[in-house]
Amino acid sequence: MADYDQPTMGASTAAAAAHAQLKKVKKQKVLLMGKSGSGKSSMRSIIFSNYLARDTRRLGATIDIDLSHVKFLGNLTLNLWDCGGQEAFMENYLSQQRAHVFSNVGVLIYVFDIESRDVDRDLATYVNIISALVQYSREAKVFVLIHKMDLIQPMTREDVFDRRVALVRRKTAEAVAIVRKQKPEVSGVGGGLPGPGGGGGAMMAGSLPSPELSTPIPDLEVEMQLFATSIWDQSLYKAWASIIHDLVPNLSVIETQLASLGVAIDADEILLFERTSFLVVSKWTSPEGESNPYGDRFERMSNILKAWKHTCSKYTGTPRNAEQFSDFEYKMGANFSMFVTKFTTNTYILVCMPPGEARFNSAKLNVAAARPWFRFLDGPMIAPTAGIGSSQMLSGLAAAGGEVA
Amino acid sequence: MASAFRRGSEALLDPSTEPRPPCVSKRPSRAMLNLHRVYEQNRQRVQQNLKDGVKVPEPIAVPQAKGKPRLLLMGQRRSGKSSISSVVFHKLPPNETLFLESTARIQKDSLNSFMEFQVWDFPGQIDVFDNPAFPFDMDAIFGEIGALIWVIDAQDDYLEAVARLNATILHLQRSYQHINIEVFIHKVDGLSDDYKLDIQRDITIRIQDELSDQGVENAPVNFHLTSIYNHSIFEAFSKVIQKLIPRLGQLEAILTNLCRTCRFEKAYLFDVNTKIYIATDSTPEDMASYEICSDYVDVIIDFTEVYGSWQRTPEWRKRLEGPPWEQKLEDQVACEWAESGMVLADAQRPIMLREVDRFLALVAIMKEGSYEKMPQINMNVDVVVKGLTEFFEITKSKMTPTAVPGGVTAVGGNGVMNGHGMVGDGR
Repeated sequence: MADYDQPTMGASTAAAAAHAQLKKVKKQKVLLMGKSGSGKSSMRSIIFSNYLARDTRRLGATIDIDLSHVKFLGNLTLNLWDCGGQEAFMENYLSQQRAHVFSNVGVLIYVFDIESRDVDRDLATYVNIISALVQYSREAKVFVLIHKMDLIQPMTREDVFDRRVALVRRKTAEAVAIVRKQKPEVSGVGGGLPGPGGGGGAMMAGSLPSPELSTPIPDLEVEMQLFATSIWDQSLYKAWASIIHDLVPNLSVIETQLASLGVAIDADEILLFERTSFLVVSKWTSPEGESNPYGDRFERMSNILKAWKHTCSKYTGTPRNAEQFSDFEYKMGANFSMFVTKFTTNTYILVCMPPGEARFNSAKLNVAAARPWFRFLDGPMIAPTAGIGSSQMLSGLAAAGGEVA
Repeated sequence: MASAFRRGSEALLDPSTEPRPPCVSKRPSRAMLNLHRVYEQNRQRVQQNLKDGVKVPEPIAVPQAKGKPRLLLMGQRRSGKSSISSVVFHKLPPNETLFLESTARIQKDSLNSFMEFQVWDFPGQIDVFDNPAFPFDMDAIFGEIGALIWVIDAQDDYLEAVARLNATILHLQRSYQHINIEVFIHKVDGLSDDYKLDIQRDITIRIQDELSDQGVENAPVNFHLTSIYNHSIFEAFSKVIQKLIPRLGQLEAILTNLCRTCRFEKAYLFDVNTKIYIATDSTPEDMASYEICSDYVDVIIDFTEVYGSWQRTPEWRKRLEGPPWEQKLEDQVACEWAESGMVLADAQRPIMLREVDRFLALVAIMKEGSYEKMPQINMNVDVVVKGLTEFFEITKSKMTPTAVPGGVTAVGGNGVMNGHGMVGDGR
């Protein structure tokens, strides 16, 4: 996120402040909401608990709020609030627990069931939720997932999705307009709230501008993205990867590092995965790699590797969440080479590169040598200095290449 | 024939000892003698099958037909024949078989793989033997060598199916003895293990009793418990197809030898398209290792699709062949076929895969700690792959004189290899 990158990339004067900020493990409150039976708990189990899609049939209804802490990389913890979607609960969230649920939210994930009969009612609930959200956490990002798309015929999927997107966008604008009108009144209520919600407010002090809450801003906008998803294919990984993407701290540092690694080892593409969920945290693609016709390859890779992990766990008899493989090499003749390997404690790295034994071996050595420069992914870290690694790695490459060739 | 083997067995290096150059010895090795025994057994069995006493000119003449081996799918209607052939041969996801229409006429598929197969899917309502209005040409159906797959729905009342199967077996035993009869006790997913075995026992007894009442003993009938929702259907098909491969014993001997030399736990030779394994080594088979190997093949197919399916630009190639490499891209790689290795996190057990030709891949599970010896193992695998290629080159040429064991010298190893190894991205 922007406020973290600038100090780390900038001059050393800001380094101390940045240091202090980075040390704090970042917690993000993520609300998962939607009508009962729309598939919230199923997708959560698939992404974070390594369930297979067909295993989710066993899940029962979520009662009230199911709170879980998901450790994602070393320095980000997701406070995942899986909110049961039955109407009684919904009303409760909107009335009695309003401040408790909706304050300090980093991300709201709202799930629509595309097969739902009563669309108007769904949208009415959605409007209520959005108004409550902008009231208490104006900075929150909203992700709307149009779920169970596998039940729609493939031919009409795009149409159905587009129509639903237009509808949701309009409703969102309506909700925001309502809040904007009520603004003076709301700010009064809002001013009184940080009291009860104070426990959460303290740890979120960095990202929540609480003093601004009371001053009405006319251009109130909700930042939202919409995705068509299904638990039966890779679309779920695409949606969750972009949700995660916005939450990962130091993102631009990771990206610069990855790019210099990619250039140094002459790769076509590098993907960085989180260890348990196999969501793509960051990626880098060379100009040549950009011509790959598969635009959905990132989420496909997540899906493939996760299925593979499941197979391994069945074979070895180890728990689903445990680490299953440490190294995966594949050389496709004179076409391409690739490897997936354990990178830092919390990540796996996938490198796709041009063929050639010497190139492959030196790339593996260089990736191993680059590990220390990514150690900050594993936890509160010493701020990385800008532009690291590239020179050392290049010399490493020359040495390794010479040795092997 | 034996030349391929000798190269396959003798040049293997023991990873624990010093690598020595592959040598071709004149003295018959133990492996060779063993193979000879396997070959003799095969031949005797074949000749026993040909009880009619026809003099066979060549010693290895299995009732080899002109056409392709044929798999006939038969059974009651709605027992799952078309679903099986769609899942195994057309990669249809199992849950989509619900939408398949019922088959109205004989569906003939031709399968182009390491061997060419025909798969005939019969509609369940037609009885081939009792159809006075429209008599079938028996020779046209059963004349080819092959297997009859009889599908029985285990979740349904199977008495009628068993009765029809008995009638079919009796018909076949009279005139087409060379056809293997494979009974798939199907749709066993969702049944408890005990119940499955009870059903299998019941069906087996019913069939054997009926056959021995009719005076038929030792009919070639085999039973498999199958379901399209797991790997069991692929495993059953593997067993069926293995029986149709000429000289399977020798193929297995190559793999057993490889496993012993490289200390592999298990090795499979896969048909990549169908994920049927056409041979494995002699250690006991278990479902778990088959599953992981077959899923491994899947992962490799997926990776290849995503990253290997588009044409790179000439500039890209030029840059890679320029300094500091100064070599053609083809010369920079060690193996022109797909090769892959993977290490499991528990006990560091590696699994390796090597593409053999356009249709086949060798997948092996190694013992823990053997990852360090990969270079030597790779050399051994190279030799085995070469042997396998020659094996198929010879068996494909339909038992021409070169295939007779006497004609060892007729097989020029290099010629065979060069003809084969040109296609880099054969999938």
